[in-house]
Amino acid sequence: MHQLLKELVFPLFSNPILDKGDDSAVFDLKGKIAFTTDSFVVKPLFFAGGDIGKLAVCGTINDLAVAGAKPMYLTASCIVEEGFEISLLKKIIQSMAKTAKEAGVKIVGGDLKVVEKNAADKIFINTTGIGIIPGNLNLSSHNARVGDVIILNGFIGEHATAVMSGRQDYKLKTSVKSDCAALNRLISKILQISPNTHLMRDPTRGGIATTLNEIALASDVEIQIEEDKLPIREAVKGFCEILGIDPLYMANEGKVLIFAKEKDGKKILSAMQGHPLGKHSQIIGGVTKKNHPLVLLHTSIGSTRILDMLTGEQLPRIC
Amino acid sequence: MKYIDEFRDKTIVKNLIGQIEKFAGANVNLMEVCGTHTMAIFRSGLKQLLPKNINLISGPGCPVCVTSQIDIDRMLALAGIKNVIITTFGDMLKVPGTKSSLEKERSCGCDVRSVYSPADALDIARQNKNKEVVFLAVGFETTSPAIGSVVSDAKEEKIKNFYIHSCLKLIPPAMEALLQAQEIKLDGFICPGHVSAITGSSSYEFICRDYKIPCCISGFEPVDILETVLMLLKLIVQKKARVEVQYKRAVKPQGNILAQKMLRRIFTETDAQWRGLATIPKSGLKLNKDYLDFDAQEKFNLKVIASEEPKNCLCGEVLRGVKTPSQCKLFVKVCNPENPYGPCMVSSEGTCSAWYKYNR
Repeated sequence: MHQLLKELVFPLFSNPILDKGDDSAVFDLKGKIAFTTDSFVVKPLFFAGGDIGKLAVCGTINDLAVAGAKPMYLTASCIVEEGFEISLLKKIIQSMAKTAKEAGVKIVGGDLKVVEKNAADKIFINTTGIGIIPGNLNLSSHNARVGDVIILNGFIGEHATAVMSGRQDYKLKTSVKSDCAALNRLISKILQISPNTHLMRDPTRGGIATTLNEIALASDVEIQIEEDKLPIREAVKGFCEILGIDPLYMANEGKVLIFAKEKDGKKILSAMQGHPLGKHSQIIGGVTKKNHPLVLLHTSIGSTRILDMLTGEQLPRIC
Repeated sequence: MKYIDEFRDKTIVKNLIGQIEKFAGANVNLMEVCGTHTMAIFRSGLKQLLPKNINLISGPGCPVCVTSQIDIDRMLALAGIKNVIITTFGDMLKVPGTKSSLEKERSCGCDVRSVYSPADALDIARQNKNKEVVFLAVGFETTSPAIGSVVSDAKEEKIKNFYIHSCLKLIPPAMEALLQAQEIKLDGFICPGHVSAITGSSSYEFICRDYKIPCCISGFEPVDILETVLMLLKLIVQKKARVEVQYKRAVKPQGNILAQKMLRRIFTETDAQWRGLATIPKSGLKLNKDYLDFDAQEKFNLKVIASEEPKNCLCGEVLRGVKTPSQCKLFVKVCNPENPYGPCMVSSEGTCSAWYKYNR
């Protein structure tokens, strides 16, 4: 184990804080702090557009970024099932290191535990992250206000489609890649342009429908969105049509929903569209009413319906 | 997306609504007997666009919802047998039986696995030769041929540890039972597209002949359903009771002969219990005598003593189209997707689930 850490993990994650090799990472941080943790399990471990390592780093970076924080340091803790191939572990660690480096975030601590066969499913990863919130930024799910526009940075449902088709449960192949990406640079650009942005959330499990419902409840507002404005790739639409599932409830790993005053909407949108992770950004709707926590969808055929939260998991239809 | 967008086109929808509006006047009750239609109608918000005199009523079209309480309790009894692996479509897991649900039984250690296809269930049997694998067969004419083909494969391969618990049902007898009960006045049936792709259009002819009710087989997109409503309105005004096919791109008059042959080879018609509709003669499918070795009922000789439907639950009335979910005391407050009381709230194609999701 010592050898594994020394030869594989330390060189790849190397930075002055980690390299000290002490029991705790020690560093100075000044200002308002954001602090978050998440555990990652995914099947298959490697899927089109990413892997569990990239997912674990991006997931925590994005949770910090949507709070308005500049992500600084992560810890990473892996629980590995006995017999898991070292070459795969190496690939995952390499992917974590690469993703963190590209995002400008340091992995300053971690742990690796091996548990006996069948006590874990191959590998579980937990990442914890800390970041600094600059200036007077105040982003929270409680901050949606009537008149806000809602901006989304691109195609939805790609992560879930890539993972589900990778799992081969449904024996459907697609060309869709997971959107798994660290959003901190895109978000920092948005906040530079519009520091008064009311809130941001990354719509992961449960998709944009569930996240919008959580926001409607937290802010006690009615949200209306336009079906025609939702960016959905043809391949994702086809995948969903065949199985009878809804892309609005499918997980994303590189998407952000932004709520901002209408007057700021256009400048945020054009800044986002100039960033590689925001090329397909769209204003998808707005906040319409106070004291009415509900999400409504204007369908492409001209009707309106409730867009509810996901309960349980989406199941393919029987016939 | 090609072949989908055209059927969700706003202009075509508007045009069809305009034509339907010309039939303003007396109330018209049209019933859909397919869960996928129910969900499509709610998901696209069609009821809102239709004129007030057109009343779309959901019937017994969700295979999970129409499964009787006794059958659910039998499934739970099967799950409790030592060395048995239960395989099922995911929608069955949460359906409450008299005392438990498959999901609860699973959390207590029973081996209950959700599968997407009956072929996956047979694979599980192949991989677990020391266990008995039971597939809970729910569905209508659409799902039954695939289940039949798996049973046929099992016999050919001489697989000795695979069984089905058949709750398979046929749609036309249920339509007739609704008409015979005369609880609601129906002016036309929106017939199921997928079922009819197997059976062909002739299986509804007796409804038109004996009950003078027009039938139209519909596709599942908003334009399909609106066109079906328009076709039915024309037939009603002209007082012509006949079967028409709107879903021509999938339904042939003779249906799918291969699938029909499969059904006849593997199954026999039998009286079946439906939730809300009691026992309907010749409305179910059981394995015929050549395939009895694969019948879970034969193998495990199940006896369930007392089955009780959930108290105050109106799923039965909802399935007959007599009550709407909002008329049920339990709806939303007590019975919701997080904590379902009846199967119509559990299944993703259930009427209560559609009302809760899109219309509460």
